Amino acid sequence: MTIATLSPSAERGIERPGSLVLVLRYLRRNKGLAFGVLILLGLAAFTVIGLMTVDPKHAYPLSAAAKKPPSLKYPFGTDFFGRDLFAAMVVGMWQTAFIGFVAGGLGTLIGVVLGFISAYFGGWTDAAIRTVCQVLTPIPVLLIQVVIAGSLDKRDVTILTMALIVVLLAWMGPTLVIRAQVLTMKERQFVAVAKLSGVSDLGIIFKEILPCLLPFIAAAFVAQVFSAVFASFYLAVLGLGPLREPLLGNLIWAAQSQGAFFNGWWWWPIIPAVAMILILGSLALINMGLDELANPRVRRTE
Amino acid sequence: MTLKLVIRRLLFLVLVVWAASTIVFFIPRLSSRNALRERFGELARTGGFSPADLEKILASMQQQFGLDQPLYQQYWHFLGHILRMDFGYSLYRYPTTVAELIAQSLPWTIGLLLVTTILSFIIGNLLGAVAAWPRAPGWLRAFATPFILLTGVPPVIMAILLLFFIGFRLQWLPLGGAYSAGVVPSFTLDFALDLLQHQVLPALALIFGSVGGWVLSMRGMGVTIQGEDYVNFAEHKGLTGGRIFRDYYLRNALLPQVTALALAPAAIVTSAIIVEGLFGLPGIGSALNLAIRANDFPTIYGIVLFITIAVAVLMTVVEFLYPLLDPRVRNS
Repeated sequence: MTIATLSPSAERGIERPGSLVLVLRYLRRNKGLAFGVLILLGLAAFTVIGLMTVDPKHAYPLSAAAKKPPSLKYPFGTDFFGRDLFAAMVVGMWQTAFIGFVAGGLGTLIGVVLGFISAYFGGWTDAAIRTVCQVLTPIPVLLIQVVIAGSLDKRDVTILTMALIVVLLAWMGPTLVIRAQVLTMKERQFVAVAKLSGVSDLGIIFKEILPCLLPFIAAAFVAQVFSAVFASFYLAVLGLGPLREPLLGNLIWAAQSQGAFFNGWWWWPIIPAVAMILILGSLALINMGLDELANPRVRRTE
Repeated sequence: MTLKLVIRRLLFLVLVVWAASTIVFFIPRLSSRNALRERFGELARTGGFSPADLEKILASMQQQFGLDQPLYQQYWHFLGHILRMDFGYSLYRYPTTVAELIAQSLPWTIGLLLVTTILSFIIGNLLGAVAAWPRAPGWLRAFATPFILLTGVPPVIMAILLLFFIGFRLQWLPLGGAYSAGVVPSFTLDFALDLLQHQVLPALALIFGSVGGWVLSMRGMGVTIQGEDYVNFAEHKGLTGGRIFRDYYLRNALLPQVTALALAPAAIVTSAIIVEGLFGLPGIGSALNLAIRANDFPTIYGIVLFITIAVAVLMTVVEFLYPLLDPRVRNS
C-alpha cells in the first residue's frame, strides 16, 4: 500500500490490470479460497436454479411417493414421510443459507460494535464487555441453545427464531477478535496524527480504523456464518429445529428416528450429510483463505 | 504459579458456573411453556383422571417443585441445590432424580470421551509434527493430507458416513445400540467384545472428526518452530534427528496444543453428545436426547448445567496442570 502511494508517476507507464484480474490472480495463489468460493457458487447455483424449477411444496411431507430410492423421477429419492429429497435439498439449502447469513451478519455486527466500544473507549466499559465475553466463552454454547430452543413453544420455532437463538450466544468471538485488532490499530501513528489534527472519535473510527479492519471483519463474518450453520445443524439433529421444515439437520434427525439405516433407506440421511459437508467444507476453506488474506504473516510461514 | 493466580482462576470458575446457572434458571421462566402441565396433561389424557384432579395434582406438584415461592427465593434455592449437585427430579421418570440419571449414564460418556480425545490428540499431533518435519520420508508426510481434508467434516456427519459405509454397506460393525439385541449383560468375554464392537463406530466418528484440526494446527506450529535458533543450535551440536524431533521440536510445538486442548472440552463434549444420540449409546447424550423427546425439562436443564460445570472445572484443571509441562510458566 505504501509503495503504491510513493510512486504514482512510475505507475503511469505500466498498464494497470483491472480489479477483476487482480482478484483472479490472487485466487490462483490462494487455492483454498478459490476452491471454497467455487463450491459455494456451485451450491448457490443449485439452490437458485432449484428454487426456480422445483415446486417447493414437494419439500414437505405427503407430497410424493414415500420411501423411493434415487431414480430419474426423484434424483435423491424420497423419505418415509413422502418428501422429495431433491426439493427438500433445494429448500433446506436455502433455509440454511438464510440462517447462516442472518445469524452470521447479526453476530458480526454486534461483535464489531462491542469490539469497537470496548477497545476504543477502554476503562470500565472495556472491563465489563471483556469479562462478560470471557465468562460466557467456556460455556458450551450449544447446550444453552438447547435450553432456549427447548423452552420455546414448538409453534414459535421457525427458521428465523433458529437464527436468533444461534446469534444470542455467538457474538463473543468476533467481539474479542475486533477488540484485539482495534487495540493494536489505536496505537498506530496514523491514528495519532488524525487525533492530533482534531478528527472526532467517530471520524477516526469510521474513516481511519474501520477500513483497515475490513479483511478481519470479512474473516469474522465467514467464521460466524460457519458456526451459525453448524449450531443450527446440531440443534436440528437433536430434534429442536422447526420439525416440518426440510432443514438439513431435521432430515437427519427424522431419518435417525425412523431407523433409516436399519430399514435400508440409506439415501435419506446420506444426502443431507453430503450437502452439509459441501457447505461446511467450502466455508472452512474460505475462512482459512481469508485468514491468509488478513494475516500476511501466516502467508510468509507457509 | 502464585496463590493469587490460583484464587483468581477459582473465582473465575465460580463466575462461569454462576452465569450458566442463572441463564438456565431464567430462560425457562421467560417462556410460556408449563412443563408440569404438559406432562400431567399428557398423563391425564392417557390415564383418564378428571380435570379437577389434574388441577389438584398440579398444585401439589408445584408445591413440591417449589414453584409457588417468590422468584428470588426459587433462584436462591436453585443456586444452593446446584452447589450440592442436586438438579431435582426427572419429570418423565418421576421418582428418579436427575442426578441419578446422570450418574447412570456418565461412565459411558467418560469412557468414550477419554479414549477418543486422547487418541485423536496423539494421532493428530504426531501426524501434524511429521507433516511439517522436513527430514521425514515423503510417504509419511503425505499421510497427513487426507486428515487435513477431514477438518471440515464435523463428527456428527462423520458418524453418518461411517454408519453408511462400514455399518450399512460393508456390514462390518453394528448400526447402533450399546450391545446386540437379546444379549444379557454379564461379565463375560463375549459380552465385553460385543460391547466394544458397538463402541468402535462412534469412537471412530469422534476421532476422525477431530483429528484433522490437531494435524492442521500442529503442522502450523511445527513450521514456525523449525526456524527457531535452538533447533538450529541442536543441529549444529550434531544431535541425532530423532533426538531433535522429540526433545527440541515436538516438545516445544506441543505446548500451545495443550492450551488448545484446555479450550476444547466444550466442543468435544458437544459433538460427543450428538454422536451418542445418533448411535443410541447409553450415555449423557442419549439421556439428553430422550429428555428432549419427552419434554422432560428438569432433566434437560440438569444435564446442561452438569456438563457446563464439568467443562468449566476441566478447563481450570488443565490450566493448573500447564505449569508442570512448561517450566517457563512455572518460574515466572
